[in-house]
Formats: sequence, C-alpha cells, structure tokens
Amino acid sequence: MAYDKFTILKSSAVPLPIENVDTDQIIPARFLKATKREGFGDNLFRDWRYNGDDTPKQDFVLNNPIYSGKILVGGRNFGSGSSREHAAWAIYDYGFRCVVSSFFADIFKGNSLNIGILPVQVSAEFLDKIFQAIEADPKAELEVNLPEQTITIVPTGEKESFDINGYKKHNMMNGFDDIDYLQAMKSEIKEFEAERIY
Amino acid sequence: MSNQASTLFDKVWDAHVVRKIEDGPDVFFIDRHFIHEVTSPVAFLGLESRNIGVMYPERTFATADHNTPTINQHLPVADPLSANQLKALETNSAKYGISHWGLGHARNGIVHVVGPENGITLPGMTIVCGDSHTSTHGAFGAIAFGIGTSEVEMVLSSQCIMQPKPKKMRVNVNGKLGKGVTPKDVTLYIISKLTTAGATGYFVEYAGDVFENMSMEGRMTVCNMSIEMGARGGMIAPDETTFAYINGREQAPKGEKWDKALAYWKTLKTDEGAVFDKEYNFDAADIEPMITYGTNPGMGQGITKAIPTSDQVEGGKSTYDKSLNYMGFHENESMLGKKIDYVFIGSCTNGRIEDFRAFASIVKGRKKADNVTAWIVPGSHIVEAQIKEEGILDILTDAGFELRQPGCSACLAMNDDKIPAGKYAVSTSNRNFEGRQGPGARTLLASPLVAAAAAVTGVVTDPRTLL
Ligand code: SF4
Repeated sequence: MAYDKFTILKSSAVPLPIENVDTDQIIPARFLKATKREGFGDNLFRDWRYNGDDTPKQDFVLNNPIYSGKILVGGRNFGSGSSREHAAWAIYDYGFRCVVSSFFADIFKGNSLNIGILPVQVSAEFLDKIFQAIEADPKAELEVNLPEQTITIVPTGEKESFDINGYKKHNMMNGFDDIDYLQAMKSEIKEFEAERIY
Repeated sequence: MSNQASTLFDKVWDAHVVRKIEDGPDVFFIDRHFIHEVTSPVAFLGLESRNIGVMYPERTFATADHNTPTINQHLPVADPLSANQLKALETNSAKYGISHWGLGHARNGIVHVVGPENGITLPGMTIVCGDSHTSTHGAFGAIAFGIGTSEVEMVLSSQCIMQPKPKKMRVNVNGKLGKGVTPKDVTLYIISKLTTAGATGYFVEYAGDVFENMSMEGRMTVCNMSIEMGARGGMIAPDETTFAYINGREQAPKGEKWDKALAYWKTLKTDEGAVFDKEYNFDAADIEPMITYGTNPGMGQGITKAIPTSDQVEGGKSTYDKSLNYMGFHENESMLGKKIDYVFIGSCTNGRIEDFRAFASIVKGRKKADNVTAWIVPGSHIVEAQIKEEGILDILTDAGFELRQPGCSACLAMNDDKIPAGKYAVSTSNRNFEGRQGPGARTLLASPLVAAAAAVTGVVTDPRTLL
C-alpha cells in the first residue's frame, strides 16, 4: 500500500514513558476483525484511552489536548508481542509518522518500515532528554531528518544520529515498498524455486 | 563451500537466500506459508489493488483458528465481523487455489498445531505466518517466525520476504528436570532470566540434554515461547525423536523421498566449534514449576517464591508498579494460595495431546473447585479425537470439566472466550499482557500441571503436592 514519502519531519511529540508497550495495548485483539485497512486509529491504545463504557480516560496522554504531533515517543522495548501489523496501521491511521524509543521489538520495527512509519532508536539518555524537553514544554518540537539520519530536540538543539539500512532508507524517502522490488525479480525467484527440495 | 564450522541456523538460513542486498536485507525464500483469517484479508486486498496473483499457491496453507467459536461450531458464526473474516479466508483460498481447512474441517485447528501434526512442517524449512508464535515450528529444526500483513502479501505474490539476518544465540539447559517440571516451566524460566526483550535481534538455538530428552510436543512448547523474550524464533536440531514424529504423517515425504529427506535432515546440526553471538547456560535442577505474577511473560518465577520488589527486577519502578497494580498484587506476597476464577488449558503453546495428558494426571480422581470456571480447548480436531480415544475425556467429565472445540480461544480472546475484568486466570497460553485474555483480565501463565492444580483446588497450588 502506498504511503507518504518521508524526508524531514518537524513536529511536536506525544510522550508515552512506559516500558514494554506491547501490541495488545496498541490495538487489542477484539478490534482486529476488519477485512479492510480502515479506521484502526480510533482504537489505538483503546483500553488505556477509554473506560469500559467508552468514555475517555482523562489521565491518558492521547486524551490530553496539550499534547499533539506526528511523533510518538515511547519507553524502552516498544511494540513487543504479537506480530499484528494492525498495531502499526493504528499508529499511522491516528496520524503518527514516526515512533521514537530507546529499543524496539523486531517485528514491530519491520512492520512500521513496511507501511511508512519511521522507527527511530535513540540512546536511553537521549530518550530521557526528549521526555524532559516535552515535560518542560509540551509544544517542544523534534526534528527527524531521514537523509542525514539525525534527530534533534529543537528547543535545546541537542542532536543524535540513528541507524537505518540504506535499502530501507531509500524506500522510505521515495515511498517504495518491498513488493515492487520483489515483483521485479520474479524470474530469479523462479530459478531458485526450481532447485528447492521441498 | 567453506569448511568453517557453522550453526544449524546458518545452514538453513543461507540455503534460502535468493539475493543479498548490499546495505539491506536478504531476499529470503519461504518454503511454507500458513495463513489464518485475521492477518490475511488485507494482504489479499493488496494483491487485488496491484493486480498481481499468488505465485505458488501450493506453498500456502489456510486454517481458521483465531476468531472461531469453541462451542457449537456446526452453527453459523453469530458475530457478523468474525463470520465475515472466516468467509474472506474461504473465498480468497478458493480464488487462488490455496488449501483451506475451515471451521468444521476434520483437520482444522490452531495453525501451529495442525502444521506439524499433518507433516507440513519439516526440518530445514523456512516457515512463516502472520502470527508471532510461528516460532513453534522451529522445534523441527526449521527457521520459522511471525510476519506482518505486508509480508504476507510479499509471500503470496513472490514466495519471498526481505529480512536482515538476525544474530545468533544459543541457550543450553543441561541436567535432570525435577518432578512436576515441564517444558513450559523450562521456557518460562529461560524468559524470566533473559527478560521479555533479552533476545531481541537474535535467533535462538536450544541445546543440551534437557531438549534432547524432550518430546516433540515439549520442544514445540519451548520454541513457541521464543518470541516472548524478543527472539524472532527458536530452533532445535532434528534427531531421532523428530524423525519418528514425522514419519507416516499425512503430508510427510514417503518412500524414496523420505530416504532422501532423512539424509539431508541428518546434516542439520550445529558443527563443533561454531560460534554464537551470545550463549547462556542453565542447570535443569534450578527449575521449579513456574508461574507469572505480572503483565509480561518475563515476569515469572518458581511457584513457591514471593513476588519480587521493584529493585530486584530490571526496568523502571513506575512500569513495575503499574504492572502489579493491574494484577492487584503486592511486592513480597506469596503466589501460593492466591484465589483463581478461571483456568484455561489450550493454545498453540499447550494445546497438544501431551498437555491434556498432564492436565488429566492431576485431575484424575479429583473434582473441579466450585469457584473455578475452566475452559479446556484442544489445539485441533486431531487432538480432540485423541483426547476421546485415550479416555482423557472420561477423566475430565468425571471431575466436572467440559471439553470445548478447537481454536485459539482465550489465548487472545477474539471470540467469546473472554476472561471478565478483574478476574484471575491460570492459563497455559503464552501472553499475560494487560487485557490479552479480555479487557481487565488478569493472567497467570503456567504449565498444564499448574493449571490442573489450580482447577481442582481453586487457588494457586504447587502441583508437586498433588502428584
Ligand atoms: S493460540 Fe494464541 S498465540 Fe497461538 S496462534 Fe492462536 S492466538 Fe496466536
């Protein structure tokens, strides 16, 4: 599915300083019954965001109007658990284009890159600095520069670089996906398949 | 070919690389692809919108499991959304010529139970599915892992995905397991030591005599849980136990093909002197029956121990407090004697025949506790039939339990099998995340023996006292 190209993103951020945020929290299983990729953002963090009677939980960050932006900043080991890509869809559909954490679970990271969300892994110290900057000013902006692979806390100017492989970076910057790539090498795959023992 | 010592993982991985992309992932060939109703519909929509087809439909297998009812499966599915997903799986499979074991099919069941029991899963294969517990199939010496829906679309359309090669870890457990200590306890123990993110970025090989002496069912339980410490997957070198399990299964190779396959499978082991990026050693004698007390599978310990204080565990205090608060537990409390409302035995972790045998061994001659609601859910129709044939059903019935029909059930609570808010469930499944078994549900992960002990006593009980 096509997604927005990613180059430089400058935005305020939503802080979620909780560790081990698993994909069951990002989108609970009972909201996985759709057969289309639509509307998952409404149920992003459903059980942290709403009470059983669907009234908003006032103390949850997404219900606090002071915080907004296209960047979600999470605690260590973000996105663990289930492989459901719906978790990444919900984050994208809600309006986030980038998730920052000091550590990501593997499958979540891969799913995010596949659908156009940039996972930015920073050091634990830098993550703390980001949380502090947002605490000091909820409108504090972060600048994520994909071509240069850097993230900057705009009000303080503090900067850190992050890793991403060249192939994925190229894809993100151009809005390409892996399926285009694989379709272009089908004859090579056919030759390989013919040699398989199973 | 170099004659450098290599690992089981390297041997299987390297044999499946179609192309290496410089500063990028490997184009990785997939031998077997399982799909189910929840994570596949959007992938099929993607194929349609791009106007591309399924490249090798005979390499994909569909089964309905995540969203199916576990009672009255002969009736139409009441929830229209669930019914719609099941229908989509059926229609898509028919359209592209994919084998489909839908609700009511004699071979239907949880994807990670039916793959092995029908001989679809074989050593040396690469296997993926849009479900993170695909790691289960690693018990056969396959590289098996969970993928997202975009990757499901890739496999359907090109039989390949793009994967950076993970690092390698080996976990050795040697010695003799004590009485009442099962494969589930071994894996919960390892995860408690490594923590929920301790193996992120790695592919794990399990080695040592504890795994060598384990049944295939037990090995599947261990490999299944690999993802719960962040690993992409886990695997165990195939041996005589593996070959004996596969031989004669419906889709397993036969005759000459079997001989050829067997010769290859015997080469699938880590060479002496091969190097891992990380290695752990554990002693079987240190492992007790385990139980979890928190909201991730790494928050587990021996059943006789008290709940740790926040400074005894890794990670931040506020996250730890949030977790205990959700569970309604306090630091230093004993787990033994805690009152239980629900018991769930089933899932791709512990929904195989051996698990029901273990459950029955404790339940036999006892009665279900009045305060406990028990959901006993076989992993497949084949397991269900075995439960009946072996007389386990009679033991369960005499003790006041009912057997349900196969499916994922309360493992992820997508169907009606939801633990109510605030209630405590001892569960043989794999995740104790907040709300995993229903909004507000509180899950204690454990083995089938611990589940049985809780089911007959109504409280957390050391199963060794009942054996
Ligand atoms: S039983 Fe649970 S973990 Fe296993 S396949 Fe079903 S939902 Fe996934």
